[in-house]
Amino acid sequence: MSKATRSNADLTPSAVPFWRDPRKRAIIFQIVVLLLVFSTAYVLFSNTQSNLRRQSIATGFGFLQVESGFEIGESVIEYSSANTYGRALLVGTLNTIKVSLIGIVLMIILGVFVGIARLSRNWLVSRLAGIFIEVMQNIPVLLQLFFWYAIFYEAFPAPRQALNPLPGIFLCNRGLIMAVPAKHPAHLPMLIALAVAAVLWWLLARWAKKVQDRTGRIFPVVRTGLGLCLLFPALVWLAYGAPKAMDVPVLQGFNFGGGVTVSPEFSALLIGLVLYTSAFVAEIVRAGIQAVTRGQIEAAMSIGLRSGQVLHLVVLPQALRVIVPPLTSQMLNLTKNSSLAIAIGYADFVSVANTTINQTGQAIEGVALIMAVYLCFSLSTSAFMNWYNKKTALVER
Amino acid sequence: MSQSNPVKAREHLKPPVTEVGVLGWIHQNLFNSWFNSLLTLLALYGLFVTIPPMFKWAFVDSLWFSGPEACREIDGACWSIIPSNARFIFLGFFPEDQQWRPLIAMILLFVLVFYTQNRKSWNRALFPIWVCGLFVMGWLMHGGLGMPVVETAKWSGLPLTLILSLFGMVGAYPLGVLLALGRRSKLPVIHSLSVVYIELIRGVPLISMLFMSSIMFPLFLPEGVTFDKVLRAQVAIILFTAAYIAEVVRGGLQAIPKGQYEAADSLGLKYGQAMRLIVLPQALKIVIPPSVGILISAFKDTSLVVIIALYDVLKTTKVTLSNPEWMGYSSEAYLFLAVLYFIFCYAMSNYSRKLEKALHRGH
Repeated sequence: MSKATRSNADLTPSAVPFWRDPRKRAIIFQIVVLLLVFSTAYVLFSNTQSNLRRQSIATGFGFLQVESGFEIGESVIEYSSANTYGRALLVGTLNTIKVSLIGIVLMIILGVFVGIARLSRNWLVSRLAGIFIEVMQNIPVLLQLFFWYAIFYEAFPAPRQALNPLPGIFLCNRGLIMAVPAKHPAHLPMLIALAVAAVLWWLLARWAKKVQDRTGRIFPVVRTGLGLCLLFPALVWLAYGAPKAMDVPVLQGFNFGGGVTVSPEFSALLIGLVLYTSAFVAEIVRAGIQAVTRGQIEAAMSIGLRSGQVLHLVVLPQALRVIVPPLTSQMLNLTKNSSLAIAIGYADFVSVANTTINQTGQAIEGVALIMAVYLCFSLSTSAFMNWYNKKTALVER
Repeated sequence: MSQSNPVKAREHLKPPVTEVGVLGWIHQNLFNSWFNSLLTLLALYGLFVTIPPMFKWAFVDSLWFSGPEACREIDGACWSIIPSNARFIFLGFFPEDQQWRPLIAMILLFVLVFYTQNRKSWNRALFPIWVCGLFVMGWLMHGGLGMPVVETAKWSGLPLTLILSLFGMVGAYPLGVLLALGRRSKLPVIHSLSVVYIELIRGVPLISMLFMSSIMFPLFLPEGVTFDKVLRAQVAIILFTAAYIAEVVRGGLQAIPKGQYEAADSLGLKYGQAMRLIVLPQALKIVIPPSVGILISAFKDTSLVVIIALYDVLKTTKVTLSNPEWMGYSSEAYLFLAVLYFIFCYAMSNYSRKLEKALHRGH
């Protein structure tokens, strides 16, 4: 349409008044819209300026350098109330990343498991998976968080009567307390050995793919890789004389000392987020597997592939193409929903930012920071998505 | 093998009992391989371990209509917390002598929804009926015109939850359609403004929008002008939902074949006419089922207003639980709320699935 009208306008430039020329009209319309947007922004801005002056609220990000004066319940890095707001917000960001990363891993595992169970030919298993999906999807995640948090506080006993389901693991209203291996110099080399094994696995996978492309022979990459990942750290462990000492939690007064404590806030948040989001992941996985047409599977079987090979070489690569884009958006949803932590008192980024806003009164900077951090998460996720889509896009002929 | 009389032989040979009837069904669906048998046994064992104690807790050892004192004596669930506090949980701080008003408003809403879910009533009258209905609901809640005015600060409980999600959807739809059209527009300014808005909103959690409404909106307004908290939260929910609706509507617009746009152009229709008469009627029809999906999320997401201290049904429940008399029965109260939310959301999602099938024209 635009091409046709342009040539019309070129033919009779003077005969058409400017409000009937679509090209000029479009420009004028856009200018008007821009003016509207800018004037609204200006009115809001000037109102805000005068309000801030009247309430004598400071502006700018200078508060990040100021001592925060509040404690944070749990932290990945060193933090005390003598540190700055900037560091407090960093602690919050790291807490958000921690719960999101662990949540995403668990969500994928549980979601894939339930999604496959939903497709099971076993009536009972498929029904149970269906009930799980419907129930979890249709209850607000915030309500689920409150529920799990209440379970921790009301249903679990005090530390003195802590449940002890497995030796070294205690469940009580202070959270989940686990025994961990006591600190030993062997741990760092073991970690390095694991990293080396992972890199070897990746190189092996690349090599195996090349060999398969050239000759059609298949090398058992996963089994070898898993073997390497177990073998390397185990060898290092043996070389250091196989340290077996454990840091076992013991009851001291009213609480446990030693071991590792997972707080009730973190556990409730993690359980709630994982259960809620994995229901959506299960539906995505189910749809992805069903999207692989029956003919593909039959064709794979008819050229003599074993059932494991059918899954690995034919079904999964095609299903993943359907599964991964909505899956990444669920990962993002989990990350965004982790902001509900504030409702049960886990110190995630939003919760720390909220405390900061309350103490400094600098609401605009605080909300802007919250939005900026989540935008970073979502932009990096969509960058990954675009990369993946390009990598796996069907080569059209 | 008597080949002479195959008909008779077929009559006498019945299929084995393990292949037909109840036994056959069990064999085929639960025990058709060793792996499936194992799975079935595991699942049955899991159910056996969990269901009877839960049943005992919820139904056998439980109390349904009693005072808080009687509940301290028992091991089971204390469902009494719901009937004893039903008035507050459902209607919150609405003045007691006026509580018939939100009740009638809710009944009116359910009647309207029930009337609308039948596709036979989808005609020209539907839109005015809803406008009148929403107006009457607003009047019942707010008052005026002969009824005492109830400030929005007193709106609470289930009516608040329903109003926030319903008006959120109603307010967000026109904005969402505009944004979707803007994103498809060829004008660079309109296109980029829409894209920035949509991606910005979709990238941040709803809670940050609610914070914005509760602590930033007051700063935006000139001195002396204030508007109340519920309305601010409502605006935040509308702004948030609109971005999601825009993406759904964009999907619908993209699904309309190019020929339709060209046909509209070739008839000499202007942009507005083409959209209003040709494109949007088709596109919006396609996106009805996913729109119900957004309504479900909006309904679930309104529970987030708890965090900015609005008294929706979740918050009134929490207030009830903080009453020393009823402290400690969170599981019962939250389970009840879960059932309530589940019924609403499941009904909606079931309906949208049916609608999707019914509207599917198979092209």
